[in-house]
Amino acid sequence: MDWVNAVIQGILVGGLYALFATGLSLIFGVMRLVNIAHGDLIVLSSFLCLAIVSGLGLHPLIVLLIVVPVMFAIGYALQRGLLNFTLGPDILPPLLVTFGLSIVIQNALLEIFSADSQKLPAGALQTASLQIVEGLAVGVFPLIVFACAIVVIAGLQFLFYRTALGSAFRATSDDPDTARLMGIDNRHIFALAMAISLAVVALAGVFLGMRTSFDPSIGPGRLIYAFEAVIIGGLGSLWGTLAGGIILGVSQIVGGKLFPGADQLAGHVVFLILLVVRPRGLFPRAVD
Amino acid sequence: MSLLETSGLTAFYGDFQALFGIDFAIGEGETVAIIGSNGAGKSTFLRSLTGLLPNAAEAIRLKGQPIGDLPANRIVGLGIAMVPEGRKLFPSLTVEENLKIGAYSGREGAWSVDRIFQLFPFMTERRQTPATALSGGQQQMVAIGRALMSNPDLLLCDEISLGLAPTVIKDIYDALPAIQQAGTTVVVVEQDIQQAMAVSDRVYCFMEGRVTLEGAPDELSHDDIKEAYFGLKGAA
Repeated sequence: MDWVNAVIQGILVGGLYALFATGLSLIFGVMRLVNIAHGDLIVLSSFLCLAIVSGLGLHPLIVLLIVVPVMFAIGYALQRGLLNFTLGPDILPPLLVTFGLSIVIQNALLEIFSADSQKLPAGALQTASLQIVEGLAVGVFPLIVFACAIVVIAGLQFLFYRTALGSAFRATSDDPDTARLMGIDNRHIFALAMAISLAVVALAGVFLGMRTSFDPSIGPGRLIYAFEAVIIGGLGSLWGTLAGGIILGVSQIVGGKLFPGADQLAGHVVFLILLVVRPRGLFPRAVD
Repeated sequence: MSLLETSGLTAFYGDFQALFGIDFAIGEGETVAIIGSNGAGKSTFLRSLTGLLPNAAEAIRLKGQPIGDLPANRIVGLGIAMVPEGRKLFPSLTVEENLKIGAYSGREGAWSVDRIFQLFPFMTERRQTPATALSGGQQQMVAIGRALMSNPDLLLCDEISLGLAPTVIKDIYDALPAIQQAGTTVVVVEQDIQQAMAVSDRVYCFMEGRVTLEGAPDELSHDDIKEAYFGLKGAA
């Protein structure tokens, strides 16, 4: 039963990793931009939530109603005011600029919040659990996170493949110049993509802060998890990203059980093995 | 008054000058063909008209209004649509989605997905097919349909016969009268001079970034065209 338990915990953690990864995957898909600051934006959301929670005394899940729109707005402004100017035939400028942004965010957080570990108070949710069978229980909070991951991915899938805005996203991704001939303002489309990406980041950041302790330096580590989930799942596939997150989560928890202390290593090793076996990921997009 | 007019239009790719002062005019309801060899500047001229290449505001006038400095995504809403060279359909989108995205600018008018399906009936059955899974000729028809979906006053067709079989080219040009009847003014860029002469009211010939000849097809002699096209004087 211990092993079943470990696999279930791993799957549920995978939901959080999928939330880390979805925003990264989305903006890479739409504008071929690799956002090195993605992990730090997750941590920024955690701290933003912390500041509001300690200021107003609200529950972090309620504060989501503030953090998600704020990060959405930050995403739009960031893309429109900065990152759009880095996009072009050369892939290096966006990498350099988001790398710089990563350092700026880390140091700003360090300056404001210090290097102390913080945690978002989850209240009774912290320990609530559901007994499934004798000896097997799952936490309510991890279940909520996992359910949110599924809802977010299903929602984005709907947005991308069933709406006019989704067609515009895909058209711009295919061919920005021809998309402009259709009347699509690609700067606006890119900004909307980043805004949606950071709205998901906000969700991920708040869940991260409720699950574990965080400090300004942990962003790059979350970025690695996000990268790994995206690559395992296959670039451009949202459901693949969820699968990638789950594989990463299960590998870490099962690995940590086999070799105590080696949970992160186990995740990386499984990622590398999959990269060798399936270089294009498990569910690569048919059209490339 | 002309529907569209350019005066002294120039275009550059970096240091390379591709167009040297093009004066061009097209009246409402007219069909104009632009002929010329590879590299004469025909496609560059169309790209300038659609705003993909920057220009001075006064260089291009649509119904008297200067539009030369507007970005491409604004121009289509003013009524200029382009069928780009090489079709440039969106591979991630189905046939129907490609058509619908043509209407993104929201211009009102007679064209709808159903009306495009009437014009090119094969699309009805293939509406859910990824656009780039179609044959070359069918893709060209989707590209024309996509441009029409913006209900343009002026339709620019860049080399729509390129790389297609003669029977397919005929099918495509057979759609032209229906487009003209809808009140759309048409510019076709063609390498096939016969085809260009057959469909147009007036012809412009480009050579090395300049207009070398302009006139109605029946006014132009074979030798005039040869000279304007190749720059060869008196060659047999």
